[in-house]
Amino acid sequence: MLRSALLATAALALALPAAAEISGGKVKIAVLNDQSSLYADITGQGSVVAARLAVEDFGGKVAGVPVEIVFADHQNKPDVGSNIARQWYDTDGVDVIVDVPTSSVALAVNEVTREKNRVFLVSGAATSDLTGAKCSPNTVHWTYDTWALANGTGSAIVQTGGDTWFFLTSDYAFGHALERDTAAVVTKNGGKVLGAVRHPLNNPDFSSYLLQAQGSKAKIIGLANAGGDTINSIKQAAEFGIVAGGQNLAGLLVFITDVHGLGLQTAQGLIFTETFYWDLNDGTRAFSKRFAERMNGRVPTMVQAGVYAAVSHYLKAVDALGSDGDGKAVVEKMKAMPTDDPLFGKGQIRKDGRKLHPAYLFEVKKPAESKGPWDYYKLKATIPADKAFRPLAEGGCPLAG
Amino acid sequence: MAELLGIPPQVLFGQLLLGLINGAFYAILSLGLAVIFGLLNIINFTHGAQYMMGAFGAWMLLNWAGLGYWWALLLAPLLVGAVGILIERLLLARIRELDHLYGLLLTFGLALVIQGLFRNQFGSTGLPYQIPEALRGGQNLGFMFLPNYRAWVVGVSLAVCLLTWLVIERTRLGSYLRAATENATLVQAMGVDVPRMITLTYGFGVALAAFAGVLAAPIYQVSPLMGADLIIVVFAVVVIGGMGSILGSILTGFGLGVIEGLTKVFWPEASSTVIFVIMAIVLLLRPAGLFGRGAG
Repeated sequence: MLRSALLATAALALALPAAAEISGGKVKIAVLNDQSSLYADITGQGSVVAARLAVEDFGGKVAGVPVEIVFADHQNKPDVGSNIARQWYDTDGVDVIVDVPTSSVALAVNEVTREKNRVFLVSGAATSDLTGAKCSPNTVHWTYDTWALANGTGSAIVQTGGDTWFFLTSDYAFGHALERDTAAVVTKNGGKVLGAVRHPLNNPDFSSYLLQAQGSKAKIIGLANAGGDTINSIKQAAEFGIVAGGQNLAGLLVFITDVHGLGLQTAQGLIFTETFYWDLNDGTRAFSKRFAERMNGRVPTMVQAGVYAAVSHYLKAVDALGSDGDGKAVVEKMKAMPTDDPLFGKGQIRKDGRKLHPAYLFEVKKPAESKGPWDYYKLKATIPADKAFRPLAEGGCPLAG
Repeated sequence: MAELLGIPPQVLFGQLLLGLINGAFYAILSLGLAVIFGLLNIINFTHGAQYMMGAFGAWMLLNWAGLGYWWALLLAPLLVGAVGILIERLLLARIRELDHLYGLLLTFGLALVIQGLFRNQFGSTGLPYQIPEALRGGQNLGFMFLPNYRAWVVGVSLAVCLLTWLVIERTRLGSYLRAATENATLVQAMGVDVPRMITLTYGFGVALAAFAGVLAAPIYQVSPLMGADLIIVVFAVVVIGGMGSILGSILTGFGLGVIEGLTKVFWPEASSTVIFVIMAIVLLLRPAGLFGRGAG
């Protein structure tokens, strides 16, 4: 009697997880990014605020359970990042890790997430390997990638005559991927790469590298770096008369916070690709206003916008599924549902984890053209979603087949 | 054109000059550290934050008070120096009798607090600061384009370094300082107000850091982290030169700037490490540093 009762209980217990089940009685979202160093304004607390806004807009609860948000600083170090990820998954009951700028850290977290079968929503990292050779059934790469940047900015510049290139490349996974993807676009469009120099991450003085770029006589100096490194490259290029000497700079990854930090006087005329700008339409403006109220007047970067949209879509999928325990199943659900949010519009997530939406080619306004704070960009071209990202077959992702 | 080590000589000259310019910052910062260490026996980890405060001081004077670069060059070091004096009076003076480690921990913690406050207020991206009108443009030297502002930086840094060295080595005030470094009690017994001298020396060292910060503002981004990135390198410079050696810190500052500049040509990936490799070698062969006075 007792034995059959026990058996019945056991059978019931086994059957339950198949029905709706939220692990730990709540959905725990963890934002992992740079909270203190050169990418902190691009990602940082702004991404945490964006995730909070997404949860609030969803009503604070999903599938009947509360949503909790935690965050940590990975200091741009892969070992620190993967340790935090492991601890979050193993002991803290985290269901999904969001953002993770710095490609080397993102690649590490990508592997940990696959191993633990949770969910990884990438917004901050750029390397296109996340949906290429290193793609994972547990990962969605939302906002942008190196291929999209190279394709948008690279081809626009080559087509307007900038056909010889020299790269200043940040010496880690991101810079290498960006240089590789851009060089491919340049060559494909009939241009030529004359050389490259690799500088350490977070390098204050670029004069030496700029002099080497100057010596190469390339028409375009491609900046395959980001954040403070891009700012210092552009600032010092002006000082050394690079542009006055007939060479042009191509900022391959420029964020609105970088333009803000440079000032329009120095940044004017820069051309680059982004997938979000706060002043694109009513939806982006409304969100940016709410964001600015909590962020001391700053507008969101595309990374922070991507965190909002990715978290929103994740919550929809968990809500529809009624379960968050099986990371692969959640990501599959995210791919099955079309995406729709006020920041990136309607879109979808491809089999390799690539989120598809339009990309935009922007030019920085002249100081006289800017009408107010943060009014920095002119839209030059819109690249439709099906052209903005690398074709599925070319990435080498095993999930694509 | 003949090539040297696979590089055209023009490029090499250019890189040597650039190295010298970066060395100017190392020299002026390590000089401040050396002065402070010499007299106070404190390893001033706040130095990077004070350099950053100098740059922010210039930005604030321009944007809040409408005072341009030249005023900033004078006022920012005075203001930040005054903050340094407060720090010395309120905090450092209380731990003078304790082990070195306490001073190191205190100044390190202070640096983190100051950087955190600035980051909270201004963000990590930093703020723009334009090169002053009079120093814009540059000269074509044949082998490279030398921005006027960089030439000014090298010139003024050399002048400040030499002046400091002269004051310490060749004046009565300097002799008091050097004497107090050797034996503070004895100097005090002879009627010199050593505690006040210590306070003013710390203020002066801090002012030097702020001065370097103002010089750096138009070149680098005025950012809360600008000092944190630099200070570790500067400490390596001080260790290589020999802790507390005034001339040593100046010469090593310029010398290592040049070596780092050359590394950026021959092996750019290693440019952020080369100074530490040199430090390791110097410590192995001459533990007191190149210009140090031995372990005595």
